[in-house]
Parts: sequence; C-alpha cells; structure tokens
Amino acid sequence: MTGSRAVKALLYAQLAVGAVLALLPMVWMVSASLMPAGEASTFPPRLFPREVTFEHYVALFTRLHLGRYFLNSAGIALAVTSVSLLVNSMAGYAFAKLRFRGRDRTFRLLATGLVVPVQVAMLPLFLLMKQLGLVNTYWGVVIPGMASIFGIFLIRQYALSIPDDLLDAARMDGAGELRIFGSIVLPTIVPILATLAIWTFLSTWNDFMWPLIVLSDERRYTLPVALANLAGEHVQDTELMMAGSVLTILPVMLVFLFLQRYYVQGVMVGSVKG
Amino acid sequence: MTGRTVRAAVLPLLAVLGGCGGDAGRDEVTVRFWGMGREGEVVAELVPEFERRNPGIRVQVQQIPWTAAHEKLLTAVVGGATPDVAQLGNTWVPELAALNALEDLGPRVEGSAAVDPADYFPGSWDTNVVDGRLRGIPWYVDTRVLFYRPDLLAAAGYPEPPVTWEAWRDALRRMKARMGADRYPILLPTNEWPQPVALGMQTGAELLRDGGRRGNFRDPGFRRGFEFYVSLFREGLAPAVSASEVSNRYQEFSRGNLAMVITGPWEIGEFSSRVPPEVPWATAPLPGPDGPGASLALGASLVIFRGSEHRDAAWKLVEFLSEPEQQLRFYELTGDLPPRRTPWESPVLAENRHAAAFRAQLERVRPLPQVPEAEQIVNKVFEQGERAARGQASVEQALAALDREVDRILEKRRWILDREAGR
Amino acid sequence: MLEAPEAGVAAGAPARTSAPAAPRRRFRAPGEENRAAYVFLAPALLLIGVFFFLPVAAALVLSFTDFDLYSVADPANVRWVGLRNYARLLDTPLFWQAMGNTLYFALVGGPLSIGVSLAAALLLNSRLVRFKGFFRTVYFTPFVTTLVAVAIVWRYLYHTRYGLLNYVLGWVGIGPVDWLGDPRWAMPAIILMAVWKSFGYNMLIFIAGLQAIPEELYEAARIDGASALQRFRHVTLPQLGPTLLFVGVVTLIGFFQLFVEPYVMTMGGPLRATTSVVLLMYEEGFRWWRMGYAAAVAFVLFLVTLAATLVQLRLRKEEG
Repeated sequence: MTGSRAVKALLYAQLAVGAVLALLPMVWMVSASLMPAGEASTFPPRLFPREVTFEHYVALFTRLHLGRYFLNSAGIALAVTSVSLLVNSMAGYAFAKLRFRGRDRTFRLLATGLVVPVQVAMLPLFLLMKQLGLVNTYWGVVIPGMASIFGIFLIRQYALSIPDDLLDAARMDGAGELRIFGSIVLPTIVPILATLAIWTFLSTWNDFMWPLIVLSDERRYTLPVALANLAGEHVQDTELMMAGSVLTILPVMLVFLFLQRYYVQGVMVGSVKG
Repeated sequence: MTGRTVRAAVLPLLAVLGGCGGDAGRDEVTVRFWGMGREGEVVAELVPEFERRNPGIRVQVQQIPWTAAHEKLLTAVVGGATPDVAQLGNTWVPELAALNALEDLGPRVEGSAAVDPADYFPGSWDTNVVDGRLRGIPWYVDTRVLFYRPDLLAAAGYPEPPVTWEAWRDALRRMKARMGADRYPILLPTNEWPQPVALGMQTGAELLRDGGRRGNFRDPGFRRGFEFYVSLFREGLAPAVSASEVSNRYQEFSRGNLAMVITGPWEIGEFSSRVPPEVPWATAPLPGPDGPGASLALGASLVIFRGSEHRDAAWKLVEFLSEPEQQLRFYELTGDLPPRRTPWESPVLAENRHAAAFRAQLERVRPLPQVPEAEQIVNKVFEQGERAARGQASVEQALAALDREVDRILEKRRWILDREAGR
Repeated sequence: MLEAPEAGVAAGAPARTSAPAAPRRRFRAPGEENRAAYVFLAPALLLIGVFFFLPVAAALVLSFTDFDLYSVADPANVRWVGLRNYARLLDTPLFWQAMGNTLYFALVGGPLSIGVSLAAALLLNSRLVRFKGFFRTVYFTPFVTTLVAVAIVWRYLYHTRYGLLNYVLGWVGIGPVDWLGDPRWAMPAIILMAVWKSFGYNMLIFIAGLQAIPEELYEAARIDGASALQRFRHVTLPQLGPTLLFVGVVTLIGFFQLFVEPYVMTMGGPLRATTSVVLLMYEEGFRWWRMGYAAAVAFVLFLVTLAATLVQLRLRKEEG
C-alpha cells in the first residue's frame, strides 16, 4: 500500500538524518585526526582529508607519552571493575535474598545517596585522601570507585529473581552462605555481572573530575585528564587534539560495540525499579 | 573467578607504573620541575645543558597550562604531592609562602656565586620577599609599557611619547579628534587589572593599609590614578569593552583605528609577526602623574618546595637558570625579559629598540601587596573599574565598594594577624 | 523514586517470581543469617560509608566553617561561622548567575534531551522499521564516548570560522555565530552538545517502556477511531508515566551536575555565561581553596536537586 510505503520512507528518512547527526561529530573527529597539520582549520571546512597522515598519532605516542596515560586509564579501570564486581554483587545479593535486621531501612538509606551530587563529597574526600597519604596515587583514584550504590541496585534487582527454592535446597544440604554465593548465585547472575562490568569499566575510563583533582603528577594522569591538559596547551593543534580524542574514545567504543548486548540489557533492566 | 585473576594481573602492573619514572639508580637524582605555558615547553630545551654539566642529576619537566596552574599547585601543596622546583607567577609566591610550602632561599643565596641579588632589578627582587624572607628567585620579569603608533602620535603633535598624564591625555584627545567619533586612540580592556592597578599605584599609593589588613582604595593617591583611568573612558578616549570583545587588535592597530595599548613583553613578538612591516610601532615607558611613571613588577619566579627530597639538586637547577647566559638564551626562546641587569648589556637586548622601553621601565616597578589574597584583590579592582568606566557607578561609589569588598576578602587575614599580635 | 512501579520488565531479564504467598521456612537461625549478611555487606557498606557518606557529612560541617587556605596551613585557623557562608553566597551575584545558568541548562536541556530520546524511541519502536539494532547502536554511540574528548571535538565544530556548524548554517543563510564566544549563544551551544551526547540512554529506557505497553490498548483505541496523535496522547503517554518520571528525575539530577563541558570548552565564560554551580564549587574549592564556602555551594546544589526530585514525585502522585 502506497500509504504505508510513504510512511515507511518517511520513517527511514528521519532515522537516516538522525544517524547522520549522531555520527557526524565523530566522523569529523576521525577524519580531522588524519589530516596534515593546519588542514582542519581552513575555510570552507573539509569533511575528508586531502591526504591521510598518521603523524599526529605518532606524535601522541612518541612526543606526548599518550601510551603511558592509556596504560594508567586501563589499569585503573580494570582494577575498579574487578573489585567492584565482587563487592557490589555481594551486597546486592544480600539485599535481595538474605533476611537480616534493618535490611529495608539500610536499603532506603543507601537509595538517598543517589540524589546527592557526587561533587558534594569531593572536597572532604580529597582532604581524607590526603590524611591517608593517597593523594596523587593510583589507589586514590581507585578506592572511591570500588563500591557504587547504582551497582548494588542493579545486582539486587536482578538477584531478586533467583528462585528461593534453589537457595533453600542448598542450605538444607548444609552449605554455608559464601559457598552458596560462589557456586549458585554468581553463575546465575553472570549476565548482569557482565553488564555491570562493562558499565563500571566505561564510567571509570570516562571519569574526569575526580582524577583531575587527585592526580598532580602527570605521569599518573588518566587519558581524559591528560587530554584536557593537552587541550590547554595545544589549542591551535586541531588535528593533534582530534587524534587524542580518537585514542581516548576508541577503547570504550570497542568495548561497547562488542559487548553491547549486555550493556543495553543492563540499561533496560536498570530502569526497572522496585 | 575472572575478577580475581584480572585483579591479580592488574595490581602488579599498577605497581610497576607507580614505580616507573622514579630515580633510575641510587646515585642518580631526578629533579621534578613544573613549568607553565610556553616557558614550560622551552625549559626542556635548556635542560640538556644542565644535565651535561651535572651528571647524576636528571630533570623531568612537566608542563601545565596556565588556566589550570593555580589549582594544580594548591591542590599539590595541600595533598602533599609537590614537585621539587616550579615556575610560580609572583603573585602566587605569598600564597604558597603562607602555606609554608616554599623553602627559604636566603641562606642559599648568600653562598651562591650565580645568584647575585645586587644584579637584580629591586622591584622584581622584592616581589619574592614575604615577611622578610626570600621565597623565590625571579626568573623573568613582566611589566607593562605603552605600545603605540609613533606616526599617529607625531601627527597629533607629539614627536616624542608623552611622559606626564597631562601630556598623555592631551595627545589622546588630539588623536581622537583626528580619528573620529567612533574610533578610540587607546585600548584598555575593562577586564584587565594591570592598567587600573598600575595607574593607581603610580602616585606612590599602596593598595592596602594597616599592615595588609584593609583596603586603601579611597586614599587620595590611589584615587587620583583611578580617576585618571576612568576619565579616559568617560572622555571617549578608550572604548568600554572587554578583551574578548575585540576581535583583532593588531588589525585595528595596523589600520590606524587604534594608536596605543598597554601590554607586556610577549607582545614584542606578537606585534613583530602580526603587524605588517610598513606600519611603524614603538614602545615607551608609562607616563606618570608628574613625570615618567612606575609600572607593575610582575613575572615569574623559581621556587623550591619544602617537601622536596632533592633540594640541593633543585637549587643547582635554579642557579643554572639564573645564570646570565641562560637567561639570555631563555629570552631568545621565549621573549621573556631577564630580571637581572647583566643579560641586558648583551647586544641581543641592548640593541633591541623595542625592549629598551622595558629596560627603562624596570628601574621603576612596584610590586603588588605581598598577601595571599593579592590576585583576588586586583581582580576586584578591574571589576569596579569596569563599573565606573561603563557609567554604572561614580568614582566614589566604585572606590567605596572596592574598599568594602577588599575588606571582606581580608577579613580572615585580619583575624589571624590580630590573633597572633594578641590584640 | 524507588517505590514507583516499574515501567515493565525488559526483554532478557528473567521473570520475577510472584510475591511470596506464605512465609518461607527458615533453614538458618536468624542470628546466623544476620552474620552472613554482615559479611556480604561489609565491604560495600564500609567503602560507601567511608568514601561517600562520611565526606558528605563532613561537607555539611565544613559549610558551617570558614575553612580555607590558612586553615590548611594551620588547623587552628578555622572558625565556626554558622550560616555565614550561605548568607554570603546568597549575596553573591556570581552564585546567582551560576544557579541561573545551571537551571537554564537543566530546564531547557533536560526536556529537550528527553524529547529527543522519546522521539528516537518512537521511531525505533515502529513496526514498519527494520535494522532496529543498527540504528539503536548508532544513536547510542554518543552516550558511550568520553565527555572530555567530545567536548574538545565540539569546541572545534563550534569554531566561528572553521567549524562545521557555522558552515552548514551558512548554507541556509544564517550568519556565522560565535558559539563559544558570545554570552548569548554559549549555553545553547553546550545544551546542544549535551542533548546530542545524552539522548541515547533515555532512548533505551523509553524503548523498554514502549515495548511494555500492551498492544490491546492500541487496538482498542484504533477501534474507537483514535488518530495516531490521539493514541499517543491517551495511550502512550499515560502508560509511559512511571518511565517518564524515572527518566525525568534521573536526567535532571545528571544535568544539574554540569561541569565538564564548561570546564573544557569555555572555562565558565564568556562573561560567566556558562559557569555552572559545580564549576563554581570547583573554582572556590580547588582554585581558591575557600573550602567552607565551596561546601556551602555544594550543599545548596544538593538541596536544589532534592527539591526538583521531590517536585517531580509530587507531580506524578497528583496525576496518578
């Protein structure tokens, strides 16, 4: 039917325009990063380079030590992700399946924390880190991220659906709670663990304000902080900054593209609150 | 569990990264230097010579953009994560000194051959003396002078640049008459504090009174300078615009829509490259109320942090950078002016006619108040200056507001000083 | 916020068990189960308690003192000043400007972002469309990117002369706009970028919500002769109510925390047009080290965020 064909065409047209708008900045970013120095600052602006050059990427790795910042970001993101998986899943499971005094009250208290802007805590947290001698250290960046209220919520939401009979049967067999957790619960919640792992990795990699505050030695900078630092110095070097942006975004983009099934599922589950 | 194995693999990696970049061997010392802006880039070129002369000392230079420098420094001090040596804008020296972060360099200077206090311009040296102790060694100076169009000035009847305020105002009026109603002979961006502060201080007035406890802005001396500053706007000699509202001052200057600006040494390079060679331009010291006037003693110093573990090696680096030959090389790379007289005698600088005005001005420079709140205070000066210039307040109102705001800024300092004095 | 009924169970998650009809038999003594729970909870609660709630409480205390650089040098240089920091910031034009900027950003950008998300979700939910997965990925991509990196990219896109945006606008005859240098356009520029970056997330949530709307409701409406627009107004929107609430609350909370964009793109300028409350807090706290005052700013932000959340909850309660 032509009516439905026309509607379909309209829909696809809108989708296509939306896709172009969504991707255009990043296409330009990659494109400009391959342009020779100065070509991105011409009028009229070019969308594609006249000649492709990798000189900026080379410069970033040799002259500007981006490899080091890359490793910093990777190490910190992996550390936070691995620890928080364990810590958050234990707590999330406990809130979902273990009965204990004050469970609901504690949970509600935890929930209030979600409304508090995280920046409120940053000033005293910095002073606390100083007392602990953790300023300008990797641990200073890692530790505050090791447990997250959102992560606990996510795990709890998913763990609620574990059949109680399964757990009770194990208890009847005399298994300890930790055994039950390790052998029954964890395998069951692997999908949400995957989601949480990706989520934590992405948000730790992308984190900016706290590493900016805590790290003063540039050798320890994470990529976003190093990038902002470079941007302050190399405002004129458009192509170089674009290459830096590409390198910063690339890992999270790859993680997302390959594992998006889990990530998307997690977002949708995360919207289900109870 | 995968998480555990990943963590087991990652932690050693972190440890390695944490240890990386430290001292390579037991006898090799690494001095960490924080440089800002262009100077941070350039210092890396001077370092190889230093390392050659001092085997066993390596210098690691970290560059920090000026926009982030203040917060990075203070955060590092508070967090106990300071470098060994840093370039410090000299308005920040009192701030870090108040935090007890800087080493007292007086004893080191006494025993030093390279650093000779008598060779330094007094105004510049004084910017580093806080509460009687020397906290930094001047690295380069920055002061503000006139950049102008000698041809336009001559056409207005002034073959030589003016040296008094009266002559200055007269010259501007004449140039305005020749330029027309919507052109302004002098550009004084309303969001820049050096101009009103310098003019206010030219009468000899201090910005603060009572031992740095209160604002002194209603003092007749400061008031004279402030009124002169505001009058330039009110008379239509300067446009009431901020720096960001002027798209290209060099173009305006070249076209003759602008005849004078007050700015610093880095502009020598900018003017040389952006103003076409056929357009004449020159520099001159600031005119004062009754004769050649004073200007501001700005610039940056080299400081050593008390938390440093390599203070002796750090001092060697400071001495090296203070040597006249190194200062000359530094000037050639950055255009920053040396704070001591000896390098000025070299032909490179002595024969530079644009730098000559700076040389003359440097004998008449005055430091800002040596209080941690100095930068906040001078920012208030331009804010009130802007209000008065745009007609939003009278001079009396602006100065009264300035005193009020500065008194508020200094309230904590007052309390601490009073408490220490046992009042 | 958390007691609101969920929008619907998303595909992929296991079905929830029904509410327990009879009390379960216990296989553990209550004491034992308590102990086990504490073991499970201890790491997370300890970390969150010490590194989040404790600093938040400390921030509240700090906001009642004049803790600053002098106090860092010598702890004796601290005084209890009660509400003076709050009084002072209410008296400071820059604070009101920051608050105004932040509200402008949140109350314009928030609904805009939600609107775009909803529109994208509706497009992707249409039965007539194939390649849903592809488009969904494409639309979600901006959300995943690092904010600092894209802020830098957009800074160049917004360049008055060489930026793509002004070039494209030039095709339709709109003169070059100084996006980041003109106080009138700087915040709209940041809003545009924030909407672009954030709409993917809410889009996914809306898709889940839309998929949970029973088809029978639409059928019934169609039988009653309702047009597409009427179906949207009378079926879709009400059914999405809880989702809209969730999205609204979460989005607004996020938008109130505006920091990275102005920090990277405009440094809070021009003429302070993009200084947000968090940026102000950062400047006061880490640039000038007026920590007592900065803590007061942070707490005011918290109160505003809380108020906005409660208002939304109240509005929802009155509707539903």
